[in-house]
Amino acid sequence: MLKVDNLKKNFGSFQAVKGISFSVAKGEVLGFLGPNGAGKSTTMRMITGFIPPTSGTASICGHDIITDPVAAKASFGYLPENAPSYRSMTVEDFLLFTAAGRGFRGKLGREKVEAVIEKAKLSAVAKQTIETLSKGYRQRTCFAQAIIHDPKVLIMDEPTDGLDPNQKYVVREMIKEMSAEKAIIISTHILEEVDAVCTRAIVIAGGELKADGTPSELRALDPEGGRLDKVFRNLTMQEAK
Amino acid sequence: MFKNIKTVFAREFKSYFDSPVAYVFLVAFLVLVGFLTFGVAMFYERRQADLTPFFFWHPWVYLLLVPASTMGLWADERRNGTIELLLTLPITLKEALVGKFLAAWAFIALALLSTFPIVVTTAWLGDPDFGAVFCGYLGSVLLAGAATAIGVFASSLSRSQVIGFVVALAMMFALLIIGFDPVINAVSGWGVPGAIVDAVASCSLLSHFESMRRGVIDFADIGYYIGMIVFMLAAAEVVTDGRKAN
Repeated sequence: MLKVDNLKKNFGSFQAVKGISFSVAKGEVLGFLGPNGAGKSTTMRMITGFIPPTSGTASICGHDIITDPVAAKASFGYLPENAPSYRSMTVEDFLLFTAAGRGFRGKLGREKVEAVIEKAKLSAVAKQTIETLSKGYRQRTCFAQAIIHDPKVLIMDEPTDGLDPNQKYVVREMIKEMSAEKAIIISTHILEEVDAVCTRAIVIAGGELKADGTPSELRALDPEGGRLDKVFRNLTMQEAK
Repeated sequence: MFKNIKTVFAREFKSYFDSPVAYVFLVAFLVLVGFLTFGVAMFYERRQADLTPFFFWHPWVYLLLVPASTMGLWADERRNGTIELLLTLPITLKEALVGKFLAAWAFIALALLSTFPIVVTTAWLGDPDFGAVFCGYLGSVLLAGAATAIGVFASSLSRSQVIGFVVALAMMFALLIIGFDPVINAVSGWGVPGAIVDAVASCSLLSHFESMRRGVIDFADIGYYIGMIVFMLAAAEVVTDGRKAN
């Protein structure tokens, strides 16, 4: 449902992403792993059409993000890094706005918002302005806007970053609940995430793809003991040296 | 397309009223316009029932207040990261840009609309030419539109509201001063050829407002303002598209 084809991005003379290809099928939760600065966010921003790639492309449900951006954008839900939202709006108004931006207006929009508030467990804070909420609730509010239209593809950039263990648990449970019907990508540098929710993982470092496989396949890359953190270090530390 | 513009417009317009800033702005606008009209331009002492002294000050009031109301339009989106959310919705950058511009313009038009008691006062005191009054308001709305488009462009340059404010103020000031009579006279006095002075002055926001505030509608003036709006919005689109991730 999601296909990434040889994406490259240069910032001036610096090559942030050096040709990455992969695809994600329905029912898969793909962990997109890499150290900070590996090019994870840049790749996600290219897939979602926020920044144009230097070369290569991505397609979502058959819609090319470069030649048919509006249809492609309509097919995915996106949780950007740090879960941004309009702080002075109430949770409800914010979700009504994103619903309207996705074509759900009037009565239909209100129904979608009510349903997603229920699903993301936001009923207690629906009438509060977002700036008064805890980080966990803010994260979930942004998560709610990403799933409001029940997208086939869900793209999340560090969805559990900075949350406490309980909040992480809630977010992961929500991801698992939806995973059967969707193709999901989660970028993260937290390795426990892979065991918690992912069915497959890719590792990138220095803008290049280093590994692609199921969690157990990745573990097998470490001959002694199969520790994921050791595999991750081996794959990504050469870049730092 | 219009539905998407309306969605962006509605959020942006409403956001002005989420904080006390909108009310401070409206009060400041009315106090400034009122003071300049009655205190400085001696509205009553002229003993004429027309609004030319009222409209005279509008460009200079907009010079301060339009940048203040446009500076956050894109800068805030960048600073809070919401630009990434907005531009990955299935709407185009053009729609987002036009929605934001219209919201800021409507907000300033609302401030302008709230000056209506001055029209009522004038009508009660004498017998003003309502055609001229309408023309003055039309000129003022168009001037505000051009100023807003400049503000949208300035706001798209960086994530800093201060830069958005200062750049808009500087651009507007430059575009006003080149059509300001004392400046034109001074420059002519230095021996600069009249044709050049006239050509530069004809680019001014001020010179196109002059005839309208006196009650003359010229399609060239209307065309100038529309051209300025389209040009500044196009420039803002290029800048926003190229610098989204910065």
